[in-house]
Amino acid sequence: MSEKQGGTAGFDALDALRRTARAADIRPPARAAEPLPSPSDWSFELIERYHDRIKATAERFGLDTYPNQLEIITAEQMMDAYASVGMPVNYRHWSYGKEFISTEKNYRRGHMGLAYEIVINSNPCISYLMEENTMGMQALVIAHAAYGHNSFFKGNYLFRMWTDASSIIDYLVYAKNYVADCEERHGLEAVELLLDSCHALMNHGVDRYRRPSRKSLAQELADRKDREAYAQRQVNDMWRTLPPKAEKAAEESQSRRFPEEPQENLLYFIEKNAPLLEPWQREVVRIVRKVAQYFYPQRQTQVMNEGWATFWHHHLLNTMYDDGYLSDGIMIEWLKSHTNVVYQPRVGDRGYSGINPYALGFAMYTDIKRMCEHPTDEDRHWFPDIAGRDWLETIDHAMRNFKDESFIGQYLSPNLMREFRLFAIVDDDKESELEVSAIHDEQGYRRVREALSHQYDLGSREPNIQVWNVNLRGDRSLTLRHTQHNDRPLHEGAQEVLKHVARLWGFGVQLESVNNAGDVTKRWSVPAPPG
Amino acid sequence: MFQQIIDRRLAGKNKSIGNRERFLRRHKEQIREAVKRAVDGRGIRDMAQGEDIHIPRRDIAEPVFGHGQGGKREMVHPGNQDYVRGDRIERPKGGQGGSGGGQASDSGEGDDDFVFHLTKEEFMQVFFDDLALPNLARTTLAETPEFKTQRAGYSSEGTPNNLHVVRSMRGAIGRRIALGSDARRQLLALEEELIALQTGPGDRHAEIAEVEAAMAVLRARIGRIPYLDPIDLRYRSRVRVPVPTAKAVMFCLMDVSGSMDESRKDLAKRFFILLYLFLTRHYERIDIVFIRHHTQAQEVDEQNFFHSTETGGTVVSSALVLMEEIARARYPTSEWNIYGAQASDGDNWHHDSGRCRELLAHSILPLCRYFAYVQVAEEEQNLWDEYSALAAESKAFAIRKVTEASQIYPVFRDLFKKEGAAA
Repeated sequence: MSEKQGGTAGFDALDALRRTARAADIRPPARAAEPLPSPSDWSFELIERYHDRIKATAERFGLDTYPNQLEIITAEQMMDAYASVGMPVNYRHWSYGKEFISTEKNYRRGHMGLAYEIVINSNPCISYLMEENTMGMQALVIAHAAYGHNSFFKGNYLFRMWTDASSIIDYLVYAKNYVADCEERHGLEAVELLLDSCHALMNHGVDRYRRPSRKSLAQELADRKDREAYAQRQVNDMWRTLPPKAEKAAEESQSRRFPEEPQENLLYFIEKNAPLLEPWQREVVRIVRKVAQYFYPQRQTQVMNEGWATFWHHHLLNTMYDDGYLSDGIMIEWLKSHTNVVYQPRVGDRGYSGINPYALGFAMYTDIKRMCEHPTDEDRHWFPDIAGRDWLETIDHAMRNFKDESFIGQYLSPNLMREFRLFAIVDDDKESELEVSAIHDEQGYRRVREALSHQYDLGSREPNIQVWNVNLRGDRSLTLRHTQHNDRPLHEGAQEVLKHVARLWGFGVQLESVNNAGDVTKRWSVPAPPG
Repeated sequence: MFQQIIDRRLAGKNKSIGNRERFLRRHKEQIREAVKRAVDGRGIRDMAQGEDIHIPRRDIAEPVFGHGQGGKREMVHPGNQDYVRGDRIERPKGGQGGSGGGQASDSGEGDDDFVFHLTKEEFMQVFFDDLALPNLARTTLAETPEFKTQRAGYSSEGTPNNLHVVRSMRGAIGRRIALGSDARRQLLALEEELIALQTGPGDRHAEIAEVEAAMAVLRARIGRIPYLDPIDLRYRSRVRVPVPTAKAVMFCLMDVSGSMDESRKDLAKRFFILLYLFLTRHYERIDIVFIRHHTQAQEVDEQNFFHSTETGGTVVSSALVLMEEIARARYPTSEWNIYGAQASDGDNWHHDSGRCRELLAHSILPLCRYFAYVQVAEEEQNLWDEYSALAAESKAFAIRKVTEASQIYPVFRDLFKKEGAAA
């Protein structure tokens, strides 16, 4: 079940006091007299009944969620939502039009099914259910999105730290109106070029370590004016050509580096320091940066998030079946989709495109539960803290405090590595052949786990590019530096991206690629854009 | 916890339309090219359709920084079958497709074109843009201006003047029977009982009174059923349907002598298309007659009309004669509206031009609703001179020199103006 998520989750001081349910405390209720009706067509009344049941079951397991808002939409509306990165509103840009066209085309030709659902981590949490789904699928989607993803958004530390569920929709409304306003005032062309350039740097427009402040729409509007004026003043100050009073001070500032420390948030640096941007342009850069920041946690928790939602729809629906609420027909229906979703093709199979995050995540949570309930000697050896503990507390802890990288590093068990038959391959361009560095055996467990964990580290997945220097006294050119990780080079697209950087910066831009030894191995440069 | 299900299905689709517009705007050049090719390739009758547009993938790529081939990396894969540690594997050709983290890379899709479908409306929009049609003409082309109302059964809503009395009463009777049947059945039963009581032995006054009271209640209930209820009313329903007035025939006359090259023919084709589009909005049935000529005229099909070249001199009047013959034989003016469209490069055997003028003035224009002539070359020859003189006299005759597509429209200006005023 591929799906998109947009938005954000929030922070609630009360959450911290929330008690974690213990599996041991849970008492199953009396068995239902008869299962819920299971026609293939859904109705509002039925969805309501299923939802009540799922909700009761989820509460029994202590799943803590934002309030749910279920919305029924058509396939076409689903494609609309796809086109704007899963958000209900967004500013206009041609790339979303492109996205819509290709989604629609694939859908029409039957190349792909649409996602069964989209879930937005806003407060209340909005889940879209598609009209075409059968009743069984709706039940699956509600359990998956409205309880699985929803509780993840609310609980995981990255979402709590980086995103704010209550203000995202407001912010996007503001962004849409602001961009539309700019289009009217400065022309479609100018806004489009600016957005293109910002999008090119979107992945390099996130703060990785600092936490953003959170603001309401009204504050955002009020602050904007001040910010524009202030930012412009700062920029002007920096570029002042008149030397400060004393000669000595001038010399000092000449030798001073700018920026003093390399900066990894390129968009932030440009927003604050690009000499020629007009205030409205800075604001647009800021909008793109903010949106990128909202999606940052999702990019880091793919396996955990999908795995969590899949684990819970599986567990909730199975529990409901045990309680006598679901008919056999409904079970077979959702299990069929579930099986498709967690299918992991083997390397070399047709259709293999890496590890399926649903499969891995689902297997990991299931495996943690198994280790808690039925630990083997191996588990006791590898996971003394987990083996035999309360499973509900354990997976709750795992969901809250990790991201993909650390989650895999912490919880991937030898048992699972054997089950997936995981093996690591080293691809070194200095060698003529690939080498199998570790497999799922006693000597290889740690290495495989480490390699897989590393594979999910965004820091190594995306090139590390930082603002290195600005030539303050000369041609004002900007130098970026790419620090190679394991000697991996940038691909040819870099030159194109650099043109976008130059457009934003307004003067010439260079990019240096530096290898592990500290030598510059490749340089790109783009002259100042005309005008 | 407050929870709700919201039905958004009616909230409207096409939220993404603004994004699509921006996408089309960005790729305007490619789209115009594609539309131009489509116009060349299509028959005149198939013009008003959508079209698939191909855009090279590199033109729509959005660049981002990413890792390229090379360097050292370690990847974990599932599904090991027989490898053990230290095995060496030949590097797969074309490198590793998927990049780190199991994300399918964009480049994996290859350099196929990005294909999408331009709708009929968008196609026509681009086509009109090229022809520099003013807005007024666009609306007359894009919409059907006249409607007539037509009977379409009965409906339960309408104005009193459309009330259908018989239908309404029939409905009322049905309703009265249906609603009263139960009470009547009981009444019947009670009547029998009453007769039984009256004729039977003994003094049954109390019971008789009781039955009579019950019968009175039932009669009152039957009486309360309204004779005519608003739900019985039926109205004659009338719907508005567009009226293409009648039949029209369009004569396409073109010089196919050696001097008419492909680009000139292309201009001529657009000229014919425009007239055809205009006619389709106004007539239910349109015949097209293609007449090509050099020294002799010939009626041909569309394929031959546009795509065959002849050599030799030019005698324009031959085509006009043939047109008149065909019109008189097959298209009587009492049934057909005749439109003529002629394209040539102005080249004519010089003794013939005067005859052309005479033919037009005396035998063809009286038959035609409108006759348009375009000369797809710059230099003025005697045919142009003769035609200009005629154009000054006749309202239904328009001529124009055209060297690019945007100049075609003015030939039809009068045609559209008239319609615009009437609509």
